[in-house]
Amino acid sequence: MLWVDKYRPKTLDHVTVHTDIAHNLKKLVKEQDCPHLLFYGPSGSGKKTLIMAVLRQMFGSGAEKVKVENRTWKVDAGSRSLDIELTTLSSTNHIEISPSDAGFQDRYVVQEVIKEMAKNRPIDTKGKKGFKVLVLNDVDKLSREAQHSLRRTMEKYSAYCRLILCCNSSSRVTEAIRSRCLNVRINAPSEEQILDVLELIGKKEGLQLPPGFAARIAEKSNRNLRRAILTFETCRVQQYPFTSKQTIPPMDWEEHISEIASDIMKEQSPKRLFQVRGKLYDLLINCIPPEMVLKRLLHELLRKLDAELKHEVCHWAAYYEHRMRLGQKAIFHIEAFVAKFMSIYKSFLIATFG
Amino acid sequence: MQSSQQWVEKYRPRQVKDVAYQEEVIRVLTNTLETGSCPHMLFYGPPGTGKTTTALAIARQLFGPELYKSRVLELNASDDRGINVVRTKIKDFAAVAVGTSKRKNGYLCPPFKIIVLDEADSMTEDAQALFAFTQPSIAVQNALRRTMETYSKVTRFFFICNYVSRIIEPLASRCAKFRFKPLSEVIMSSRILYICKEEGLYLDTAALSTLSSISHGDLRRAITYLQSAARLFGSSISSENLISVSGVVPEKVVEAVLQACRSGNFDFANKEVNNFIAEGYPASQMLTQLFEAIVEENDLSDEQKARISKKLGEADKCLVDGADEYLQLLAVVSNTMKAFSNIPEEFAYEC
Ligand SMILES: Nc1ncnc2c1ncn2[C@@H]1O[C@H](COP(=O)(O)OP(=O)(O)OP(=O)(O)O)[C@@H](O)[C@H]1O
Ligand SMILES: Nc1ncnc2c1ncn2[C@@H]1O[C@H](COP(=O)(O)OP(=O)(O)OP(=O)(O)O)[C@@H](O)[C@H]1O
Ligand SMILES: [Mg+2]
Ligand SMILES: [Mg+2]
Repeated sequence: MLWVDKYRPKTLDHVTVHTDIAHNLKKLVKEQDCPHLLFYGPSGSGKKTLIMAVLRQMFGSGAEKVKVENRTWKVDAGSRSLDIELTTLSSTNHIEISPSDAGFQDRYVVQEVIKEMAKNRPIDTKGKKGFKVLVLNDVDKLSREAQHSLRRTMEKYSAYCRLILCCNSSSRVTEAIRSRCLNVRINAPSEEQILDVLELIGKKEGLQLPPGFAARIAEKSNRNLRRAILTFETCRVQQYPFTSKQTIPPMDWEEHISEIASDIMKEQSPKRLFQVRGKLYDLLINCIPPEMVLKRLLHELLRKLDAELKHEVCHWAAYYEHRMRLGQKAIFHIEAFVAKFMSIYKSFLIATFG
Repeated sequence: MQSSQQWVEKYRPRQVKDVAYQEEVIRVLTNTLETGSCPHMLFYGPPGTGKTTTALAIARQLFGPELYKSRVLELNASDDRGINVVRTKIKDFAAVAVGTSKRKNGYLCPPFKIIVLDEADSMTEDAQALFAFTQPSIAVQNALRRTMETYSKVTRFFFICNYVSRIIEPLASRCAKFRFKPLSEVIMSSRILYICKEEGLYLDTAALSTLSSISHGDLRRAITYLQSAARLFGSSISSENLISVSGVVPEKVVEAVLQACRSGNFDFANKEVNNFIAEGYPASQMLTQLFEAIVEENDLSDEQKARISKKLGEADKCLVDGADEYLQLLAVVSNTMKAFSNIPEEFAYEC
């Protein structure tokens, strides 16, 4: 088991970051009338960990006995009927899905599942919890349609079914949904908190940590706890005993983008643009999300640019990322950004150095 | 009453007369309760102002629990499967005759059925899923218009929506239209105090006014915040407690971003934006609060304010389209910074 899973705290009492949130969630769960919850915050900040701990708090260790299924729903969509396939993760008391995986059909999935849950209301022998919990991942990726269709459903079935929604970008969740939930913001842990987690893992694994070593990993993690733990384990595999000078391996894709940034700072020409396209394709083929590529590229460029150009370049990055959302082929827009950058940078060089 | 009920449901008025602040519609419906005559209705207005509540209440009061199922059909965006399903459902429902008006168990039971079409503005033609994102289906609404005429003797339609502009004219013009206003702070406060009394909570004056103001006339939101705060922080609730459950960005965080804009230092501002995103605050919320702060700023000319606001608007639209929060906020901050120091808006090297 990877360390990220092995050392994922299982209960609200055991979390080491977000302890105050965990404490509050515990109080919340005690009452039967717990509202719908919306967890939001950056990647690797600990949302999923808290959600799983909440489920455990609600339903005991039974919540951990989950089965993974590929389920197919037959949905009668007016004139024709659709087959929608989706992976579900479920225990007796909850079910977890990522409805956005169903693309345009996401709204049907949400409705079907909720109605099904409402129908098969758990009849607990001990007379405990009268509701099931539906965990919806990536609600920020849900279509507007699906979000709209959740509104009344959330009210209508609230006695049978509690929703726990999870997302990175709460701006993409409609106001109507946000105002129907308790909003739980999960901030990225600070570097110190990450350091604490790493040291704890080091201790449990019985590792010797040279001074400053874990701190360097924490610093390079961008406040992403998952990333810090993964890097830590990679270091362990690469070289142990650790030395204080041991390099912290960077992410491949980030290296790659750093090269692209240097390439386009060095030469601005159609030929170079063509070469860069190949490298961008490599990234996308390896499933690096296009907006991460664009953001990282901006990050690298901003490090190298004169102050007066920074405003201009960040404007265009935002512009092309937006276009990318509206369009279909990410590569076009990333490439357009690179071309735009080249042209700006070239005029800048000419104006400055002749 | 079920213990697992959420407060929004628990405190949903069951009777028309208990719906606060929407006098006009209440007057008309009170009359309906006496005479049994009822036009088609169109309720529109912002979230959490009582539209669904009112429609359900009148239906319940007219027919009582026994007849409710056979006389009232509730369809909403989640039920609607496009035009054919809606049509069939309505047809089947309307087909069963209702007989003449007969008072039953103290309920008036007028000789018609009620069809509540909640979230009517997002009814879509799913066969055209691609268009569904942008076009509330005219086809569905058009079909309804014919259906409405066919069954008008025996049914009354209640359309409910947030945006009346998205309802086609032929539908809208067949209905008595009622706008549900955002609740005033006074009404909001009295409703909240009532719930506090019932639930044994204590809210000081500051907290009460904070709750009214962060809810922007949306009583559902106010009740959800109140319940969340009560569950998290116990029965004595402060302003800060409410802010923390509301997703509102704390004043000092907004101020830090503004300060970064004033500094004129791009790298510093970039760091501030990065930090904001890492803290997980919603960028859309930040735009709203930045706007409020900019409007109040004394050291800015109208022109500067206009320049900043224009960009805020653009960024907000981009966020709605699903654009990246970090990039949009950075662009806003960069633009604001330039406006603060009167750097010309045009880019120097763009061609
Ligand atoms: N409160 C915590 N205490 C200790 N370790 C934690 C805590 N929360 C998370 N972790 C560690 O960080 C890792 C990442 O957390 P998690 O999967 O919950 O992130 P996430 O917010 O769901 O991220 P994403 O948005 O990318 O899905 C976990 O595998 C776990 O090892
Ligand atoms: N005018 C009101 N008087 C009393 N309570 C209200 C009023 N408006 C809203 N509420 C409270 O807020 C909750 C939500 O109201 P309701 O469902 O009627 O909103 P809505 O107008 O239909 O909103 P949406 O457009 O989001 O569907 C109700 O359960 C009730 O507790
Ligand atoms: Mg996760
Ligand atoms: Mg409603």
